[in-house]
Amino acid sequence: MSFERPAARVADVEPDDLLNKRGPLGPPQSMPARPQSPPTQPYASGLGTPAGTEPGLSVTLRGLRAFYGANEAVRGVDLEFNANEVTAIIGPSGCGKSTMVRCINRMHEEIPGARAEGKVLLDELDIYDGAVDVVAVRRAIGMVFQKPNPFPTMSVFDNVAAGLRLTMRGRSQGSKAELRAKVEAALRSAGLWDEVADRLGEPGAGLSGGQQQRLCIARSLAVNPEVILMDEPCSALDPIATLKIEELIDQLKRRVTIVIVTHNMQQAARVADRTAFMLDGRLIEVGATQEIFTTPGDPRTEEYVTGKFG
Amino acid sequence: MESASLPLGGRSALERPPLARLPDRALKYGLTALALLILALIVYFFIRLVGEARPAFAREGVFGFTFNNDWNVNAQHFGALPLLVGTLITSGLALLLGVPIAVATALYATELCPLRLRTALTVLVELLAAVPSVVYGLWGIFFLAPKLQGAEQWAADRLSFIPFVGGGAVTIPNYFITGLVLAIMILPIVSAISREVMATVPADLKEAALGLGATRWEMIRTAVMPYCRSGIVGGAMLGLGRALGETIAVTILIGDAPQLGKHLFGQGYSLAAVIANEFGEAQGLHRSALFAAGLVLFVLTLLVNGVARLLVVRASRPGGFRPAAGEAALATAQPIAEQAAQP
Repeated sequence: MSFERPAARVADVEPDDLLNKRGPLGPPQSMPARPQSPPTQPYASGLGTPAGTEPGLSVTLRGLRAFYGANEAVRGVDLEFNANEVTAIIGPSGCGKSTMVRCINRMHEEIPGARAEGKVLLDELDIYDGAVDVVAVRRAIGMVFQKPNPFPTMSVFDNVAAGLRLTMRGRSQGSKAELRAKVEAALRSAGLWDEVADRLGEPGAGLSGGQQQRLCIARSLAVNPEVILMDEPCSALDPIATLKIEELIDQLKRRVTIVIVTHNMQQAARVADRTAFMLDGRLIEVGATQEIFTTPGDPRTEEYVTGKFG
Repeated sequence: MESASLPLGGRSALERPPLARLPDRALKYGLTALALLILALIVYFFIRLVGEARPAFAREGVFGFTFNNDWNVNAQHFGALPLLVGTLITSGLALLLGVPIAVATALYATELCPLRLRTALTVLVELLAAVPSVVYGLWGIFFLAPKLQGAEQWAADRLSFIPFVGGGAVTIPNYFITGLVLAIMILPIVSAISREVMATVPADLKEAALGLGATRWEMIRTAVMPYCRSGIVGGAMLGLGRALGETIAVTILIGDAPQLGKHLFGQGYSLAAVIANEFGEAQGLHRSALFAAGLVLFVLTLLVNGVARLLVVRASRPGGFRPAAGEAALATAQPIAEQAAQP
């Protein structure tokens, strides 16, 4: 059984409107086959999704634990993020929600001394499996950060194209028109096209904060991910910009699975299908958003959502 | 009247006696005076240099002195072209060889090196700066140059088709070995500055690149290098300044032959080396010519610094990095249909 199979299978599942050439886990050469570590997942089961629809993929955490040195920030979380749903993670500062989300695309391990244990399954593929290429994981699972972080030396166009240029590495670069079409599609998906169509050559850092954040969303959309992780994407934005991002999230869930960390409980209530409440590195409760906010099962959840602490 | 609106007992509370304000004034004027002193020193230095160099310039002409290929003390002919070329070649070579290694070292130290090794690496690179230049010169001429002579000859033979680079017999002291040792000498400063600049790259930019699925190298290319480019150029120019002015190591290594070297592996001379070597017995016009050589070196250094500053300013201007020409054309808004319609 070869390791190219999951990538190929996922590519079959996801008819790719922006990048027809590759599956979300990257070209086969980016996932080196390592015969000495056999796969642990049954790759063979296809999803059988009819072509033409655009499902995202589900993400499942199994016994996820994350450490900063000896300090355990996430203490064993089992949680499923359903495909094409928005799941909000709420909880007081320092409860490990950002850390947990950063484990989902393996950004956590970029911090010196940090490590994670347990399993994170993208659909059925464990992204912590030794044969999985971390670069391919991050292309399939995009991330939007707390502070808008467009590349300051690049134009609007180049910012969106940055990820595409990485993806097309070592392959035919595609025609310029093709690249431009993809950039436009990504900007349209992020609801930014009409605002920046006549200033694509200007520096991305020159946009307003909300536009910059949507530029960052466009940048991650351009590589056509299955999942987008958002770590408090609106905390640096004003209410109007926040509203635009929230509307965008609602549209995006048709094609990707979204996990959003937020401090703002109204935001969770507005955008999320399901909400998970975390405390001290543990998952306290997860359920339909309505349920979590009206009839939570755990008294600690109730105290938090009613503002008694946190 | 006024005092009624002021708290804390009225006017007197807001006034400071002149004596209490004295330290501020003293500081301001004192520092201004010191800063002006430096400026005055440079101006005076420049004026004296011009004054001393005048006879030589009067004899050969400013242009003639700088670009005549004839430095003959006995015939009292002073044309500094061989010296100028020697200085430029060895410094250019030092940049060419030293900067990539320095930048690579800095990248390794900031992005790849395990934390435990980082300090050791940094200290070791900086130790290179602590070696006196005369020691570099000695080591270069007695150890490095003889060891490399064979390899240099091999390269010279292979590259003989390139004018001025190859062909001819390799001498032990030569341009190349001088440039090589200079490269080692500028390594610490270029590396230290590059490292400082790289340490300032915001973590969220690096995460942005990594989050897009960049490999470590691609992260360096998309997030780190564009952010650091102007700083690295600045560091390289400081290194170039050091290489241009380096005297004793060059005097030992370059061969001190006052004519244009025939090729990269031949002997030559540099502006700084000629001054160091000949000032002892120089009189009259010869002495003036040495001052003139100093002036040329000084102006050259000023030019390099000016160009460097220009580069840094241009590079650090927001949006200063233009997309490659073709992409810039694409980046201007045109409907996709139009683009696609073009063959």
